This record gives sequence, structure tokens and C-alpha cells, in this order.
Amino acid sequence: MITKGQYDEESLGKLLGALPPAPEGWVAAAQELPRARLEMDDIVARAEADAEFRAAAMKDLEGALEAAGYDIAPAHLPVLRERLSA
Amino acid sequence: MSLGLLADADVVARCREGDQQAWNELVSRFSRYVYAITSRVYRLGDHDAEDVFQEVFARTYERIGELRDDEAIRPWIATLTRRLCVDRLRADSREQPMDEPIDPGESDNAIEMLDEALAVHEGLKALPEHCGEILDRFFARDESYRTIGEALDLPPGTIASRISRCLGKLKGQLEGRKPRFQPSGDRTETSIA
Repeated sequence: MITKGQYDEESLGKLLGALPPAPEGWVAAAQELPRARLEMDDIVARAEADAEFRAAAMKDLEGALEAAGYDIAPAHLPVLRERLSA
Repeated sequence: MSLGLLADADVVARCREGDQQAWNELVSRFSRYVYAITSRVYRLGDHDAEDVFQEVFARTYERIGELRDDEAIRPWIATLTRRLCVDRLRADSREQPMDEPIDPGESDNAIEMLDEALAVHEGLKALPEHCGEILDRFFARDESYRTIGEALDLPPGTIASRISRCLGKLKGQLEGRKPRFQPSGDRTETSIA
């Protein structure tokens, strides 16, 4: 049991060890959110205006995005799929 | 002033203004905390933990403008993470019954310990020289003396004594400091829409 405000080397070591870094890719994807949101808005707008692009995206989202020059982290694809299906 | 030294409330205020660097700092500041809640407190598998991790920051980004108290960002994130973990476990248990359900009292205590751990980690930022990095590499990243020595260009034989010295500095810095945090274990303090 660690008593708040009172630290020895062991308790400090335990507290420092309690927070290992999250995987770098997870952190990077979360930091990319603002840019990804803007890009997703653009993709959704394009899908609404371009039936061919929409059909390609519904069939193979990653392939359609790559072909159109979009760069969306895999972590954001489920949200984009949801938005395109709505 | 470096963003890393700003108070949580100031980082939140800058995020609300659309400052990308502040958002990077907010994610960086709470990423370990969210990761520890998902992976250590609720023991989600990697796939579920990553989904919850991304969902926590997506909702934080969407709702940061609705936060009633910018200083409450940490307990707000803690409550959101807990709720998403519980939802995920419930959904999974419908498909496959859980061996051992998580006791809410146990998770309260574990998150309270993480609150304290986060405060200690913040203390690393104010330490001189390589102290913060040495302590983080040794205790949080579980790196060997040799790896730390190579990374920081220090003789491996000096790492143990540096760790001890740096722990002393950290202890000195933390003791007497006014507690910044209310424990997140109190579920009544923060509401999430």
C-alpha cells in the first residue's frame, strides 16, 4: 500500500512502473485525430458527390482511399466506414 | 513555456482553440493513463484496449468544448475510459462469459493508484539532467542498465547510482508538494454526457 505524499525508493519505483508507455502507433493515431477528422469530412463529402467513388469505397475502402491519394491511419477506418454507411 | 509544463486546464483551453500542438500534448500526457486503465485495471486484450484507447481520445476531442471545468479533464478521461472498458467487457461477456468479473472496488483502488502514479510521472519533468529519462526508462520501460547507458551515452556502471540519486531528487520534489489531484475513484465528481 502506498501512502499518498510519503515516498520511499520502492514506492516511487512501483508508481513509475505503473504507467508504461502506450504503443507508439496508438498515440500517433490519437494525435492525428484533428487532421484525420478533416480528411474524413472531405472523403464523406466526396462520396456524397461522386457515386463511383462511393461504390469503390464501400467495396474496398482502403484501396479506394489509396487510389484517391488519402492517407488515413488504420485506427480511424472503422469510424470512416460507419460514416460512409450512414 | 513548453507545453509539457502547462497545467492541464491550460492545455485543454488551447485544444479548444484548435491548437494541434496542445492536442498532441494532451494525448501524450494521458496516453499512459488510459493505456494502464484499459490494459492493467480492466485487463482488456490488445485489440479491445486499442479500440477503447482510440474511442477515449475521439470522444475527448469531440466533447472538449462541453467540459464544464477544464481542470477536471483527468477525472473526466478516467470516467470515460472506465465506462468504455465496462461496456466492452459486457459486450465480450455476451459472446464469451468472463472467468473473473472485475470488482468495482478493486478498480477504484487501482485507478486511485494510477492517479498518484500520474502525479509522480509529472514530477519527472522538473528533474534536472537525464534524471526523468533515466527513471522512466528503468521503471516504466523496463530497460536494462546497458540499454539506458547506450541510449544516453552514459557508462552502464553509473546507471544504478544515478537511479538512486534521481529517486532521491524526485522524492524531495514530491514531498511537501500540495496534492494536485482528487482521486478518480469518486464517481460522483464528474459527469459524462
